[in-house]
Amino acid sequence: MQNISYLTENFGKYDVFSIDSYINIGGFQSLRKAVTMDGDDIATILSDAKIKGRGGAEYPMGRKWSQARAVKRPHHCVVCNADEGETCTFKDRELITNDSFNLIEAMIIAGWAVNAEDGYIYMRAEYSHLRPRILNAIKQAEDRGFLGKNILGTNWNYKIHLYSGAGAYVCGEGTALIRSIEGKAGRPRMKPPFMKQSGLFTRPTCINNVESLSLVPHLLRDSTPYLQVGTKESTGTKLVSVGGNVNKPGVYEIAFGTTVREIIYGLAGGIQGNRKIRLIQFGGASGKISDARILDIPYSYEAFAANNLIIGSGSVLVIDERTSVIDFLRYTQDFFLHESCGQCTPCREGNRHIRIFLEKIKNGTYTDEDIQTMKTFAKVMPMSSLCGLGETAQNALKSAFNIFPEVFASRKQTEAVG
Amino acid sequence: MIEDSSKFELTDELKIKIDKILDDHHHDFTQIVGVLIDVQDEIPQHYIPKVVAFYIAEKLPLKLSVIYDCITFYDALSEKPRGRYPIEICDSIACKVNNNEFLLGALKDLLGIDFGTVTYDGRFTIEKVSCFGACDRAPAVRINKIVYGPLKTKEQVRSLLEQFV
Repeated sequence: MQNISYLTENFGKYDVFSIDSYINIGGFQSLRKAVTMDGDDIATILSDAKIKGRGGAEYPMGRKWSQARAVKRPHHCVVCNADEGETCTFKDRELITNDSFNLIEAMIIAGWAVNAEDGYIYMRAEYSHLRPRILNAIKQAEDRGFLGKNILGTNWNYKIHLYSGAGAYVCGEGTALIRSIEGKAGRPRMKPPFMKQSGLFTRPTCINNVESLSLVPHLLRDSTPYLQVGTKESTGTKLVSVGGNVNKPGVYEIAFGTTVREIIYGLAGGIQGNRKIRLIQFGGASGKISDARILDIPYSYEAFAANNLIIGSGSVLVIDERTSVIDFLRYTQDFFLHESCGQCTPCREGNRHIRIFLEKIKNGTYTDEDIQTMKTFAKVMPMSSLCGLGETAQNALKSAFNIFPEVFASRKQTEAVG
Repeated sequence: MIEDSSKFELTDELKIKIDKILDDHHHDFTQIVGVLIDVQDEIPQHYIPKVVAFYIAEKLPLKLSVIYDCITFYDALSEKPRGRYPIEICDSIACKVNNNEFLLGALKDLLGIDFGTVTYDGRFTIEKVSCFGACDRAPAVRINKIVYGPLKTKEQVRSLLEQFV
């Protein structure tokens, strides 16, 4: 299997505390090129590369940028979502650790493309040890005139601010994130108004994930290597965070189309103790699950959609036969029960009650009616919850109904104990 | 022993530190979460005592209700005193399937405490957190912003704790 490093090209190539060493390897060339271009042309490059949002929502990035540009209200801003809270997702941590100047350059290009006045990086509190390198990168970029007033003689002013999260998973959701930056508790709100119209401080806002943004300077420099790899619908490369019961957990860059088997057995070194795979969850805690039957499908948006899976944040959580399906579901449910903000009833109560049903299944004290009610709740929650958290919380459970029907096997009502 | 939070004394020294933090955040009330996190780091028991919340509310200025909304909403902020070295155990699925139960048992055993209590010398508390993004080092703990892992034997846990004695 070929090794590929497009997005991770700069890793270890320069000193992340020195702008000079970044410039020496070609840093800020993309920005110089970008300021000679029209924002729509930049968005077209992203659309041609078929980039879908890498935080989990998979919204086409080029379309997002051109929509943001089209909003006529003044005082646009760009937000970088560095609050990756999905379980087993740690790709953004690697990007910030090893290539922080690239992220800053990307933020400036994004600002130029959507004609923004301010950029905000919202980083989770767990990564607070990375704050100094981002602040340093911002400071040095300001000193060199890449940020601040009249950037590169274009008469355009732009600033980047760094904000810290405080350990709330729900703050990865756009509306909760902006509330957190506004200095409030991060509870999501109803949409519309949409972010692009009225987001942070009621300004038109364009939110992007760290990985999506980090691609931009690379694509502006030379998009050919990116466009040459991948599959028909999924161009280019992707960072995957592999974890769980694998021998070599970590972040790997792969070309779309690599099989799941190659990721787990090739890159991540196989399963601990050569055990069998019980299940694999893709796309974080809100992602869907499957078992070893999907090992030979290619890792791409289209193949995953055909198999009722999602790429999402790009995490691959491998669980071996020591953990049962029901235990896995209970753990996932615990997570959502804890992280639900409690604002809307379907999510707050739905998560709580499904947790109780799962406990009953674990103890063997469930009735057929319990299973039916649980299935109804799992169906109603996505339809009626306020935000993405409630909508996706039952993804794992719903895919388990299909993949592991034996776990929810019917039993006589009379056997019920309580 | 940990002192009662109501008896916490806001010293001039701490006031200067808080003022410095507020300056660093440009007295911008939208940065309240970042301010509270930084202030919490300055207090040995890693929490926000009432007097401190009042002081920040007055200085910024910001409504006290907003400050408490944040303290109670965000997991990283605490209104109760913690140990000088709060041990955060990652309770994500990646850590769970790598036997973090063992880690939890070993810590409880070695320290003689459970969740929500503090060791007799005020040094350690044990806390569960959802996930701190170190799934590649599972099972892991985090103490004062530093991640330690993977921790698979009792000996490893013991030598980790000994660093803080």
